[in-house]
Amino acid sequence: MYPSRFRYEAPRSLEEALDLLKTYGDEAKVLAGGQSLIPMLKLRFANPEILIDINNLPGLNYHREEPDGTLAIGALCRHRDLERSQLLKAKYPTMAAAAPLVADPIVRTRGTLVGSLCHADPQGDWASVLLALDGEIVAVGPQGRRTIPAVDFVVGPFQNALNPDELAIEARVPAPKGTVLGHYLKLERRVGDFATAGVAVAVEISGGKVTRAGIALTGVGANNIKVTAAEQVLVGSSLDARSIEEAAQLAADAAEPKSDHRGSAAYKRHIVRTFVVRALSSGQRQAA
Amino acid sequence: MEKRQIKVTVNGEPRLVDVEPRLLLVHLLREGLGLTGTHIGCDTTSCGACTVLFDGQPVKSCTMLAVQTDGHEVTTVEGLAKASELDPVQEGFKEEHALQCGFCTSGMMMSAKALLMENPNPTEEDVRWALSGNLCRCTGYQNIVKAVLWAAKKMQSEAAV
Repeated sequence: MYPSRFRYEAPRSLEEALDLLKTYGDEAKVLAGGQSLIPMLKLRFANPEILIDINNLPGLNYHREEPDGTLAIGALCRHRDLERSQLLKAKYPTMAAAAPLVADPIVRTRGTLVGSLCHADPQGDWASVLLALDGEIVAVGPQGRRTIPAVDFVVGPFQNALNPDELAIEARVPAPKGTVLGHYLKLERRVGDFATAGVAVAVEISGGKVTRAGIALTGVGANNIKVTAAEQVLVGSSLDARSIEEAAQLAADAAEPKSDHRGSAAYKRHIVRTFVVRALSSGQRQAA
Repeated sequence: MEKRQIKVTVNGEPRLVDVEPRLLLVHLLREGLGLTGTHIGCDTTSCGACTVLFDGQPVKSCTMLAVQTDGHEVTTVEGLAKASELDPVQEGFKEEHALQCGFCTSGMMMSAKALLMENPNPTEEDVRWALSGNLCRCTGYQNIVKAVLWAAKKMQSEAAV
């Protein structure tokens, strides 16, 4: 299967990339890891006039702590780098748990977190993680830089909030405070499959009480779902069995699963409930 | 359609080729360069039969454009053996009878090679993890895992000499 014909440009500077986006707008597709985009080109679900390959842009292959503690992930940081990251293992347990579950090891060599967010597949793992962690996406365009909260970034299945002339260059996750408990659980039929159901959990605890809670779901709705009600139940609690049960029920209620070849809606809802209990009871705890 | 010239080093040999931007790497390798050891299995980024090394890291060559390899290095299964001497990974597959129909073998070997370059002393779990993006429809995984562990041992004993 060959993709349709397209023009190919591999700009070497951000200015050049933005110029191309400005010229072509909706007719352009940005290629980073390509692990979702190239299959879509081959299946001809996407037929862009021009492909703008950003792999030659300098200085985008990083993930690092900013001076204020924020975790910044560049647009060319591969899943593989995140999977092997000591920084993530030390401070971001939700991300460290999710990284090895994205697709399969070979796909992780090329695929990028920012690309995955932009692709906005409702089955994407990273979107749930960013929702749970209150992350954001940095975009640059002719008007300069702007930051879009993850919760506003995905506007529909395969639709993001970027303007046609904007490029997403970074994802950001706020520095955790207090003791952090985080986990990502995903049920998949085989390695590399999309989630039957997935749950991202990120909780901060200070003085024995939950000060911040993030819960988001993968694969059980038309988009990744941030479960605000469950987060609210956890804040102020001591993460006792009762509040965990209540949060799990609220998460199961918020899920909008459809019955398909991966399982019935009731089964997926049950998985969500079980995963929330499990993640909150057995996640990695780390002092931030 | 516009073609562009790229310079790519394949199995250590610099090649200058003209490619249409939409040409997939696997087609350049098989049809353009005659390196048919790289197989096309699923064509949907699922099976890993087309796995090659791109700058030393495993990639599915059905999910990269040939034009993206401009200025880079690609290693295919043909690049494993040195003259008449098999790579330890190839030897391991032979010794442990790690193939049935053989279709997935080249991709399995490239994933195994990438693993052993990064981690010369893998556990069985490490091997299974590293090969999890490669499917064997004969389901002959047991001997494939043994073969990779065999190759790891061989490489360690060679390094010790």
